[in-house]
Amino acid sequence: MLASVATFALVGVDSHEVTVEVDVRRGLPAFTLVGLPDAAVREARERVRAALLNSALEFPLQRLTANLAPASMRKAGPSFDLALALGVLIASGQVPAEAARGMAVCGELSLSGSLRPFRGALSMALGARAAGYERLVVPVENAGEAALAEGLEVLPVGSLGRLVDLLHGRWELEPARPDPVRSERSLHAPDLADVRGQGDAKRALEIAAAGGHNLLMVGPPGAGKTMVARRLPGILPPPSFDEALEITRIHGVAGLGDGRLAAERPFRAPHHTISPSGLVGGGSQPRPGEITLAHRGVLFLDEVAEFSRGTLEALRQPLEDGFAEITRGQRSLTFPARTMLIAACNPCPCARPAGDCRCNDVDRLRYSRRLSGPLLDRIDLVCQAAAPPAAELVDPHGAALERSSVIRARVIAARERQRDRLGGSGAYCNADMDGRLTRRHGALGDDGVRRLLGSVEQGGLTGRGHDRVLRLARTIADLAGRSRVSAAHLEEALAYRLASPVGLAA
Amino acid sequence: MIGAATVTACDSCLRRGYLVGRLAGHIAGILDSPHRRVTGLLALPDEKLIQAVARERAGDALGFLEEFDAARARAAVERSQSTAVCRHDSSFPTQLADLEDAPRVLFTKGRGDLAALSQVEPRVALVGARRASAYGLEVTHALGRGLGAAGVTVVSGLALGIDAQAHRGCLEGGGTPVAVLACGPDVPYPRTNRRLYEQVCERGLVVAELPPGQPPFRWSFPARNRIMAGLATLTVVVEAAERSGSLITSDFAIQLGRPVGAVPGQVTSSRAAGSNALLKDGAAFITSAEDVLDELFGSGGGSRPRSSSSRDQAEAEPGGDPVQGLLLEAVEAGLGVDGACAHTGLPVHEVRAGLSRLEASGHVSRDALGIYRRTAAERRAISPRHWNA
Repeated sequence: MLASVATFALVGVDSHEVTVEVDVRRGLPAFTLVGLPDAAVREARERVRAALLNSALEFPLQRLTANLAPASMRKAGPSFDLALALGVLIASGQVPAEAARGMAVCGELSLSGSLRPFRGALSMALGARAAGYERLVVPVENAGEAALAEGLEVLPVGSLGRLVDLLHGRWELEPARPDPVRSERSLHAPDLADVRGQGDAKRALEIAAAGGHNLLMVGPPGAGKTMVARRLPGILPPPSFDEALEITRIHGVAGLGDGRLAAERPFRAPHHTISPSGLVGGGSQPRPGEITLAHRGVLFLDEVAEFSRGTLEALRQPLEDGFAEITRGQRSLTFPARTMLIAACNPCPCARPAGDCRCNDVDRLRYSRRLSGPLLDRIDLVCQAAAPPAAELVDPHGAALERSSVIRARVIAARERQRDRLGGSGAYCNADMDGRLTRRHGALGDDGVRRLLGSVEQGGLTGRGHDRVLRLARTIADLAGRSRVSAAHLEEALAYRLASPVGLAA
Repeated sequence: MIGAATVTACDSCLRRGYLVGRLAGHIAGILDSPHRRVTGLLALPDEKLIQAVARERAGDALGFLEEFDAARARAAVERSQSTAVCRHDSSFPTQLADLEDAPRVLFTKGRGDLAALSQVEPRVALVGARRASAYGLEVTHALGRGLGAAGVTVVSGLALGIDAQAHRGCLEGGGTPVAVLACGPDVPYPRTNRRLYEQVCERGLVVAELPPGQPPFRWSFPARNRIMAGLATLTVVVEAAERSGSLITSDFAIQLGRPVGAVPGQVTSSRAAGSNALLKDGAAFITSAEDVLDELFGSGGGSRPRSSSSRDQAEAEPGGDPVQGLLLEAVEAGLGVDGACAHTGLPVHEVRAGLSRLEASGHVSRDALGIYRRTAAERRAISPRHWNA
């Protein structure tokens, strides 16, 4: 008898439908598995046999052939176990085939017959919903995450035996509900009010958050660059439901999530020894890289000058396109990678306080050149992070500093102005504006035009820099709640724009 | 494109120029130390030069002399959009004749007129270290700009560091830069300065002893330095270590009996040891373009810098507003942006906007990582005296 059961396989961060076909036929007892399985999938045969027997079910002593279709796709991981076991049960007549209609199953089996959780439950649930399935059986631990896919009945099942009971109608089961979202911001979440000093970095951070611009912080070690950067997610608008779903799906695939819907944007801070494939994704079974894990959130590169040239090079395409494309052999995978980049570096290679610095201009130039090209091209703001004076650090009566929630309210207001203005143009924030949109929305008054002209004539501003400054000035005006960009907004933008290294010994 | 003037050099001088180019490799072979005997060698007449450097290959070189086709050489010079002027030409810089081994022909490229080199007085050579300090670069830029604005021709060698900065400053001041190269006039060396080379061609003149297409040799750098010293009425050394190439230039100037000046450097820095030693030996003490003009024309003489650029106006009136003055103080003290906020009592967005205005007026500049610095040129303009005035 032939049985076919639907399950899902992860491909990158998406899931593709896989049909498990099981054929039971008289002959010498054997269990053959075909359809490009990897080692973990091949081992499923042993797990399925033991799980069936330990669940007081029968393992047919006949010739079993299982096929994972489509046969051309490589299958990896243990999440096919449950589908294989169910296929065997249906093919051997232990479970009625009609009971499993319209149902997809995913899960890893233990030898005892209980189900183990797997990575990427939400991705598989979204895949199942898109493929038109009404019900999805998953291990209990994955149910909360899978249930985030609205409109799909997610059935949390603890063991193979319970699944058989369910299919025989001996057991009724409430579909799973998503776990409640954690209260929006916990008391322990890092707050900008904890950071003393750093006026310049905070201002730059607010502008970056308001317009989706990329930021470079330059400051000596210990000044608090990391501290400031970590607080960026707290002033960004909270993710919308769809964004949260994307974040949760990716983190589920990477095994990072806790099964709840993400309430905060991710913050990823890879160490500078990371490899290119660690940063943008890769491996023989391609896994999402840090830039994908930072999707809809923040990618923070501390000591950015220490990253290898190749690693920074690899960032170029994903930063430009908002997705990372990984090609391995004949396959090509696309990982989402829409992220804000925050980078930090020392002002010079010796990383000593300004007074003790022994670096000459050639050393400095060489240092800054390590970042040039791929990265600096994408940086809109450069700010200074100076260590606050000691008095300010220890002063217990210091003025109360602005809380992240207050700044976040301003950022959200600025983003709303942008959304109203850019609605329907394909751009979501000022940083997304192309040249045409920039000229339409970033228009300057006469004094602003004169000021900009001065900078262009002085030779410090190129065509690309020109558009970038206008976008930045637009964001500063949005933060101020102004519909027109004034000369003061433009001047501030010019001061944050990266100085081009003209005038140094080249 | 830069139109090639007709090549006016006479056959014999042109042949000499190409002969030096032809023998450049041989000369490199026998000169192991940078400036040994270069002077004597290049003073030799053609046949003796061949015998001195080509030795067993002398036959080939003599053959080259005999077969030399002046028409073809002229065509090649024109093809490279250069020109060649020989000592028989009225536009050849007469002051070069003071050199005992003056080149008989100069290959030049650029819009500038070679005649201007010999007629327009004065010419200042600004030379110094390739690996220069921020201070050295700033001072050079200010000197170049001030001299350029005063109509003084600035001669330098297009090398990295001080040389390049001298050309940049001169260009900015609206002056005529002259770059003396150690290779052919159409070879932008070093390649990093390619853009600068083009600007010099556009607004000034590139001069070389070697014919078009020739790469530089080790010996050709000191040889180039003698031409710089020969062209200039005054040689100013900004930053030079002991036994550096820049000191070769000043040595040539001293031998020619021309005045030499130096910019004081940090006494603890080895990169300024050579220039400081020059000062000790009596070189003119140079701290600004005015000092150079005083040296050239005597105190108080000389044309004042033409004030045409917007920067110069800013120099005269640095903001006129006390807050901008406070900001400048903060930058000068290296307080950083946060420090400037505390110093002025202004919120950070106003401080950034103010810094942006100061940058536009040329009072401050930013390095490659956005750190603000006071520029040297305007230091004088904001001194307290001026504030009160």
